[in-house]
Amino acid sequence: MSDQLLQVRDLRKTFRVPGSKSGLTALDGITLEVGRGETLGLVGESGCGKSTLARTLMMLERPDSGSVSFDGIDPFALRGKDLLKFRRRVQMVFQDPYASLNSRMSAGDLVAEPWRTHGSMYASRGERQARVRELLEMVGLGAKAADKYPQEFSGGQRQRIGIARALALNPDVVICDEPVSALDLSVQAQVLNLLNDLQRDLGISYVFISHDLSVVRHVADRVAVMYLGRIVESGPTGAVFDSPSHPYTAALMSAAPTLDASHRKERILLKGEVPSPLNPPSGCRFRTRCWKATDVCATERPPLAVDPQSATHGAECHHPLVGEPALSASA
Amino acid sequence: MTAIAEHPSADVVDADPALRVDGLTVDIRTISGTVRAVDGVTFEARRGETLALLGESGCGKSMTATALVGLLEPVAEVTAGRAELVGRDGVADLLAVDRKARRKLAGTELAIVFQDALTALNPLYTVGTQLAEPFQIHHGMKAREAKAKAVELMARVGIPQPETRLDSYPHQFSGGMRQRLLIAMAVALNPRVLIADEPTTALDVTVQAQIMALLRSLRTEYDMAVVLITHDLALVAEEADRVAVMYAGNIVETGLVAEVFTNPRHPYTRGLLDSVPVNAVRGDELKSIGGSPPDLHSIPKGCAYQDRCPLVADLCRSTKPALDVVAKGHRSACHFPQEVVNV
Repeated sequence: MSDQLLQVRDLRKTFRVPGSKSGLTALDGITLEVGRGETLGLVGESGCGKSTLARTLMMLERPDSGSVSFDGIDPFALRGKDLLKFRRRVQMVFQDPYASLNSRMSAGDLVAEPWRTHGSMYASRGERQARVRELLEMVGLGAKAADKYPQEFSGGQRQRIGIARALALNPDVVICDEPVSALDLSVQAQVLNLLNDLQRDLGISYVFISHDLSVVRHVADRVAVMYLGRIVESGPTGAVFDSPSHPYTAALMSAAPTLDASHRKERILLKGEVPSPLNPPSGCRFRTRCWKATDVCATERPPLAVDPQSATHGAECHHPLVGEPALSASA
Repeated sequence: MTAIAEHPSADVVDADPALRVDGLTVDIRTISGTVRAVDGVTFEARRGETLALLGESGCGKSMTATALVGLLEPVAEVTAGRAELVGRDGVADLLAVDRKARRKLAGTELAIVFQDALTALNPLYTVGTQLAEPFQIHHGMKAREAKAKAVELMARVGIPQPETRLDSYPHQFSGGMRQRLLIAMAVALNPRVLIADEPTTALDVTVQAQIMALLRSLRTEYDMAVVLITHDLALVAEEADRVAVMYAGNIVETGLVAEVFTNPRHPYTRGLLDSVPVNAVRGDELKSIGGSPPDLHSIPKGCAYQDRCPLVADLCRSTKPALDVVAKGHRSACHFPQEVVNV
């Protein structure tokens, strides 16, 4: 797509845990890029580190090592006014539209709240009120919604307020952490369409975190699959979904139920559950559940295997899948 | 290390009915008046078959389940209906039985698996104690004998090293393992009907696949009727034989999953199916249902779906549509079932 807006190199973050010497490694060398106006889908099961990654991109966590470059700037080197100016550019939409909105503030106040910190953006009260109305119109709630309180809205409408608030500072990147998973299906589609329209009109980039693969397939230009703190596979959405290279991706895709019989894959039932990140397996972290694992998987970290069909599609695996993954898996 | 999932068979349509629910109605008392959460729900679950109750939050699907197992909150009350359970000792009406009779049926004929396994298990007792309990209460087994049964059961639901895990507490198990424990408790006494209320919603997809495979194989092994309560259309498509779609306390469409999903006869079902991003090209507009489900306090007269329906006509605002046959084994509560294809 277009030029890169956000570049993350070898990001690491370990949390100290009482009673554990090595600690909990939530991010174990994450490298990724997000282009302008692009959507990167981030997929993985609970505990894989996707929320830590989101928090790090929001600068709510400081990484132990690695670098983040945002439009050529290292945000972790900024201080004071520069930092404040930077924070404006990355905003977040949260998962739970019930917990993330203060029920004692009106929709208008909620949307305007970011300007309390970033007071210079809209100087006068009139300007702010006009902008609130504009934002509420933009997310399909209408200007009249400004005086209502969150409990007067449905879940989908609340999420629209959350989106309007995230857009209040005109960010370049919006991190969407499971933005539709708390919503009913009929409302989910409305919110996904809204996010899509906003991206087209405003040219913002999304980092879209979700466990719902059909949603990610719909919204993302590129997908990164995480497992125990690492991105095990990434590439263009179509390539990753239709010809996954990593056995974990293949298993994940096959495990997700689908409506469409023609897309239904033979199910690969993985053994066991995700190991504790406190004590991850040696070598390849997926090897304890992988049906292709051999001795080398226990001793050596797998190298990046690039898909011969697509240079931007790669997986960290000693035995990447080629062709029909599900069939070779069930053999 | 892998296994291939078997797909649900469609040839169980003529199996024995194990549960017949007829006109189940549940009212809830609230500060602002009484609301009808379940409004005359009628369905049938057959042995060896999975029936899905599908709907969005607040549609009454979980309320239906809690009414059947007798666990309604004090503010909720069954005001009408019958629910016949065809058990080993004859037919019992679940909505009319007294406490003693219900206790006898619980576990032996009817069992439920809840969504949140951590709150459904008692944190203060070991899982061995909890798993052995049904055998001690219903079969009068001695503790030691019952523990042996518990080990057997844990092994059956795929818990590794059951002998050593017997003395562990629920919090020492992962989410998937806890759900397995709950399923083990539910099937311990070989019930005729198993209600599974969103059994995998809290789990990751790879674990969900394991749990659903387990439920399928237990269903076949024990010849149970499974009532799967879920909001996930794809899960229904893969796991259920028949489906009943609920909206605002009513069943609006029911039939074989293959039939209902390929040839929906209610605009709500059609709208739900269209809202799922299947094959949608990146950036394509998804079809969505406008508006949101009605507040139970102000369900409109006539059809509850009228305000969101593209087919709405005067008739829909005045008369509530009945759940009528549209094809063999396929019913829809819509005045214009034949026009749904044109939506």
